[in-house]
Amino acid sequence: MKMSPEVQAEAALRPILEIEDLRIAFSGRGGESEAVKGVSLSVAPGEVLGLVGESGSGKTVTMLAAAGLLERNGRIAGGKVRIAGQDVTRASRGMLRPIRGAVISMIFQNPRAALNPIRAVGDQIADAIRAHERVSKAQARERAIALLADVKFPRPEAQARAYPHELSGGMCQRAMIAVALACNPKLLIADEPTTGLDPTTQKSVMDLLAGLIAERGMAMVLITHDLAMAAEYCGRVAVMEQGLLVETGLPRRIFLAPRHPYTQRLVAASPTRGARIEDLVPPGALPALPAAPAPTIGRPHLLEVVGLQKDFGNGAKAVDGVSFTLNAGQSLGLVGESGSGKSTTSRLVCRLLDADAGAIVFDGQDLAATAEKDFHRSPRRSDIQLVFQDPTDSLNPRFTARECIADPLRRLGGLRGRALEAKVRETADLVSFPQALLDRLPHQLSGGQKARVGIGRAVCLEPKLMVLDEPTAALDVSVQAVVLHLLERLRRELGMAYLFVSHDLNVVRMMCADTLVMKSGRIVEAAPTEKLFTAPDHPYTRSLLAAVPSLDALKDD
Amino acid sequence: MSAAGSRGALSALKGVGGRLLSALPALFGVLALTFILMRVLPGDPASFFVSSPTAGEAELEIVRQRMGLDHPLPMQFLYYLRDLATGDFGTAMTTGRPVVDDLVERLPASLELTLAGLFLAVAIAVPAGVLAALRPGSVFDHGVRVICSAGVSLPTFVSGLLLIYIFYYWLGWAPDPTGRLDIFAFPPETVTGFLLIDCLLAGDWDTWWSSLSRLVLPACTMALFTIAPLARITRGSMLAVLTSEFVRTADAVGLPRWKVIVTYALRNALIPVVTVSGSIFSTMLGANVLVEKVFSWPGVGRYALDALMASDYAPVQGFVLLMATIFVFVNLVVDLLYAVIDPRVSLS
Repeated sequence: MKMSPEVQAEAALRPILEIEDLRIAFSGRGGESEAVKGVSLSVAPGEVLGLVGESGSGKTVTMLAAAGLLERNGRIAGGKVRIAGQDVTRASRGMLRPIRGAVISMIFQNPRAALNPIRAVGDQIADAIRAHERVSKAQARERAIALLADVKFPRPEAQARAYPHELSGGMCQRAMIAVALACNPKLLIADEPTTGLDPTTQKSVMDLLAGLIAERGMAMVLITHDLAMAAEYCGRVAVMEQGLLVETGLPRRIFLAPRHPYTQRLVAASPTRGARIEDLVPPGALPALPAAPAPTIGRPHLLEVVGLQKDFGNGAKAVDGVSFTLNAGQSLGLVGESGSGKSTTSRLVCRLLDADAGAIVFDGQDLAATAEKDFHRSPRRSDIQLVFQDPTDSLNPRFTARECIADPLRRLGGLRGRALEAKVRETADLVSFPQALLDRLPHQLSGGQKARVGIGRAVCLEPKLMVLDEPTAALDVSVQAVVLHLLERLRRELGMAYLFVSHDLNVVRMMCADTLVMKSGRIVEAAPTEKLFTAPDHPYTRSLLAAVPSLDALKDD
Repeated sequence: MSAAGSRGALSALKGVGGRLLSALPALFGVLALTFILMRVLPGDPASFFVSSPTAGEAELEIVRQRMGLDHPLPMQFLYYLRDLATGDFGTAMTTGRPVVDDLVERLPASLELTLAGLFLAVAIAVPAGVLAALRPGSVFDHGVRVICSAGVSLPTFVSGLLLIYIFYYWLGWAPDPTGRLDIFAFPPETVTGFLLIDCLLAGDWDTWWSSLSRLVLPACTMALFTIAPLARITRGSMLAVLTSEFVRTADAVGLPRWKVIVTYALRNALIPVVTVSGSIFSTMLGANVLVEKVFSWPGVGRYALDALMASDYAPVQGFVLLMATIFVFVNLVVDLLYAVIDPRVSLS
């Protein structure tokens, strides 16, 4: 059947994806709960729509439902989904199969988990091709190699035989993009495609993705929590909160003049170039920060690290001659990509690992002389405390919040009975953790509350140095804003020094007076933070800075 | 490329060698433990081998001397080790033949039975587990669970006797449970010791059929017992894999259902099944004793049991050593299989 030009024109204008008043319910132990409460949106051919919101806003679930990929306990409770004009709201597997991959395709957050671990990437691409087209194995393979070249694999022929575990996270996501684009779908749903990747990798993957989408005239829905990324790559942005679409519009309008209070909060909480900690939270919402203590200049340093080395015996040294100093009450940022050695350095400093060589002079005493396995008995243990990246995984799931905070007080502080209880309550107040929640287990707490427990158990011993390993990387921006505010207040009140490890340069910029940049186990640049950000010396620092998506770009236009 | 390949093969070979070497201390431990256990068990082996139950102390003493029992225990152990090093496992008093010969003759019978049982169990359990996982909570799922529970709760000697009662005595479909071959059949020339294979090599179809028909009931008995753990682990592992992200990816790009289930889900789900199969195989080989007894199967299990009853040290020690060695080998094979199924695993 040949279509008339009018019909063709109409088909070209018709939205590729239409969602009307979609409601999604999940059944759980406490009965059914609605995760999406009536969302309507549409995506035109060739359009790039950003779907932003924090965890639990329903953005991912909405898109999974659109592709018919809801988990068993979820169901579409109302509304309609149309893909290319076809109603697929209650479509069977058989009806959806030819659509998925060929008309609408998806890529996911964790590319390594999203690829079959025991199948070569080339074969996985060929599988996708052969699912929709009658081509021979050899032809499919040839096209798979061509696709790998399209997603910028340096040696597509050889790398088609690689398994996901042999590729870096960024390469896995490129392979995933090749799988998703194998049959030239008209719409790609990208669910947090670069979350968890390094900033420079993030940028190269997003640039590649945006290029491929534009080149092929495809539409894309970019699901992200990162407003700056949505601003940079999307033509239109939709903001979701708690299962509802609260605001839709052009990125400039949404981010420079947000109308909905939630969007306003979200935009304010996103760290930008010139922002201060105080600017992230609405004025008056939290107690004002105390004045920053005057910096102590000159010796003695609280911490002096000299020529630190660590070799895990897998080729390159993880840490290769790292030296730096940190004064009491100051905050030092440590940035770099994964594999740069920043986490290893932080672990060496807080004595969870033994260095191969070098000195860690803390308060006039060389800590490297004490072996890691004996350090827990050292009186210095309580002087150096840690806050970990994942607030959920770093808490014992069987300890209540009270036990989490009491444990170090009992073991290292020697407190018992009433004194212990008083100190736990005092700590809870200090980190603004409601005392009423002290008897809850981690899974009964929100992400922000868990982060407070993690910080509380570290500060309760009144350490002189806190090592913060990506303390807010797993948190939503609005929660991150509050936690950063808390950390800054604690530092100023208690006079602690921070070693702040992070890949988020905007956060480091707000939190730290000085910053170290690490690459391949070495410090390539060390400078006062403002100088580093405005006039970086090292090309690597410049490339890191250039990769950071920022809402500031909107203002510059 | 080929240099990398040969390097890979070399490191794999090193891995295998390392595994075998690291098993030696465990084997020695097993050896020492069995040796001591046999000696502390009540019963004087010499009394079984004297000419008559009323033999005098003098005759007993002679027999003890001949068996080396007059030396102190540590000395006996050293002599035993010396003999082992020269490949001498001792002589079985019950059969009067070297233990090695007895074991070599009987091991293929046990292996054939165990392999047949395991093959049957896997052939039934894996599809059942997969189907149950595809429809959790369905009638089929519950049915599999009930049959599994029944199979695992019946001891093998009960289910074996039950099968004999139904299929031999009652229905008359199965041949009499008196060993591997009809007494009137001519055994084929021994090449591998596996009757099914030897008959094929000899081209003797009648004997092949006869040995197969005799293998079915004991193999079923063994399978009944092992289907349960295999089916459960397949179901559990399949359920976990089916909710994994890469299966969702496969669905998201529209792969056909069978491709998703077989290539994406099942191949990943089989990894734990292989581990369990390995330990089940080892257990079955040891637990054969009862099945071999019920079906008069001339395997190593029955041989060891008879020797144990007669306080005949050498065959029991030889049997335990053989089983321990097979354990080591089966674990090695499982690890090798791992490396084949899962590219993330390397032997070294």
